[in-house]
Amino acid sequence: MRKRRLESMMKVVFLVSALTGILSVALICVFLFANGIPAIGKIGLFEFLLGREWSPNDVPPAYGILPMIVGSIYVTAGAIVIGVPIGILTAVFMARVCPKPLYRVLKPAVDLLAGIPSVVYGFFGMVTIVPLVKELFGGRGHSMLAASILLGLMILPTVIGITESALRAVPQELYDGAVALGATHERAVFSVLLPAARSGVMAAVVLGIGRAIGETMAVIMVAGNQPRMPAGILKGLRTMTAGIVIEMGYAADLHREALIATGVVLFVFILIINLSFSALNRERG
Amino acid sequence: MKAKTSSLILKAATWGAAGMTFAALLFLLGYILAMGIPHLKPSLFEASYNSVNVSLLPALVDTVIVVALSLLIAVPLGLFTAIYLVEYARRGSRLVRVVRMGAETLSGIPSIVYGLFGLLFFVTRLGWGFSVMAGTFTLAIMILPLIMRTSEESLKAVPDSYREGSFGLGAGRLRTVFRIVLPAAGPGILAGVILAVGRIVGETAALIYTLGTVAQVPPTLFDSGRTLAIHMYALSSEGLHTGEAYATSVVLLAVVIGINALSRALARRITNA
Repeated sequence: MRKRRLESMMKVVFLVSALTGILSVALICVFLFANGIPAIGKIGLFEFLLGREWSPNDVPPAYGILPMIVGSIYVTAGAIVIGVPIGILTAVFMARVCPKPLYRVLKPAVDLLAGIPSVVYGFFGMVTIVPLVKELFGGRGHSMLAASILLGLMILPTVIGITESALRAVPQELYDGAVALGATHERAVFSVLLPAARSGVMAAVVLGIGRAIGETMAVIMVAGNQPRMPAGILKGLRTMTAGIVIEMGYAADLHREALIATGVVLFVFILIINLSFSALNRERG
Repeated sequence: MKAKTSSLILKAATWGAAGMTFAALLFLLGYILAMGIPHLKPSLFEASYNSVNVSLLPALVDTVIVVALSLLIAVPLGLFTAIYLVEYARRGSRLVRVVRMGAETLSGIPSIVYGLFGLLFFVTRLGWGFSVMAGTFTLAIMILPLIMRTSEESLKAVPDSYREGSFGLGAGRLRTVFRIVLPAAGPGILAGVILAVGRIVGETAALIYTLGTVAQVPPTLFDSGRTLAIHMYALSSEGLHTGEAYATSVVLLAVVIGINALSRALARRITNA
């Protein structure tokens, strides 16, 4: 009988553990929204989302986060432009071109790329990419371009990993058929396999977008962080994530709430990205 | 012949892209190591931090503490969740779907949002202040989906014949799980835990406003500290100790490379078994 009781007790323990994940999601939503939404109400939804001026210390203060929203979108777009083509081609290489001994080196390299902490990326960007941009194109170096290059590098392992497994999941018959019809190896890969893996590749891009838009420390260290509308790829900009970290340390009252509300906006972006990612995964089956 | 040229170009493009990826990694590692190793002085490892020695030892100790405590919370929760999903719940039931969706959502949330939540909930609402407690609870939630997913996959990979054999010999469900399934799934679960360690070691944004940034070994769990990654961020943003920042990133990289090698070795054991 004791055994029976232990069995059913542990079952409850397992069930309760399974519920903590859901509970955490609920808590995060509740606390973020409850602390952020009132600020949006006080500032005004349109002034907050579409206001072009962020100057919380002025009298009267202005709490427009459009510069940060646009900043986040710009660096993310830049990261996608740089990271996605290289990532997809590298994935094709790893799944279909690469000789086996080389794979044994390349795969751990990509894993390591995924494991390097963002502060180390940021520091690396600060001491190499920023001076390089300054040297080649002028300006201060801390810029949208530097942030885009660095983020492009940082999303590579995500894009490569998902694209590679999507390519490997395509049935071999498709490739064999294409080659039997006279296609070269490359043509079979690019015209048959890659289109067949389309939804997986899309999922890779979507997850890459999620990584880039949520990245914080690395961006702070290379983007310059001026809270004004982005003025060009060689000028500095500030992302939503950077805004939160930089000002949260000393912000108070409405300023603090406005930063939390910025977190809410970021969170909504991420939720949309997550939903599209799981929709793409479902399509892949 | 035109087909041949375009094939050649495509082939060159894939080699080029892979080469760039690899070269970027080598350049990053090489650059940081070359600049940082000369700055690895004994003074960096003195027992307490001050603005002269910029010692990273307290941060290293804090990192170990934060890793250990976060795992202490997240590993049982994640593992038990996986056990429930794989061994107890009806496959494909609504609860399973909801739990999995929750985990998916958690794994997509960026670390700064975890940091904000930790600040609002653990630091402010529960009144823990910037502390080891607030930092580790925040990180525990952050690594929960990772532990859960890898444990779930490892448990699923254990063949049903093991379970049937155990039931056939008269063992109950609980005994089967702990004596038969878990040992078989062990290396996979461990590989997931090691990945989680890697995430904790590299985390900054979720910790700045939960663990805080004080350069000390916290005297109690309700005091602030700083992990290596935060230490590194503080050094590089102050801009006064660039040499020490290089040296600190060498230590961080060494830890990360070690963690990767370990999880790779474990993964190899799984595929060989």
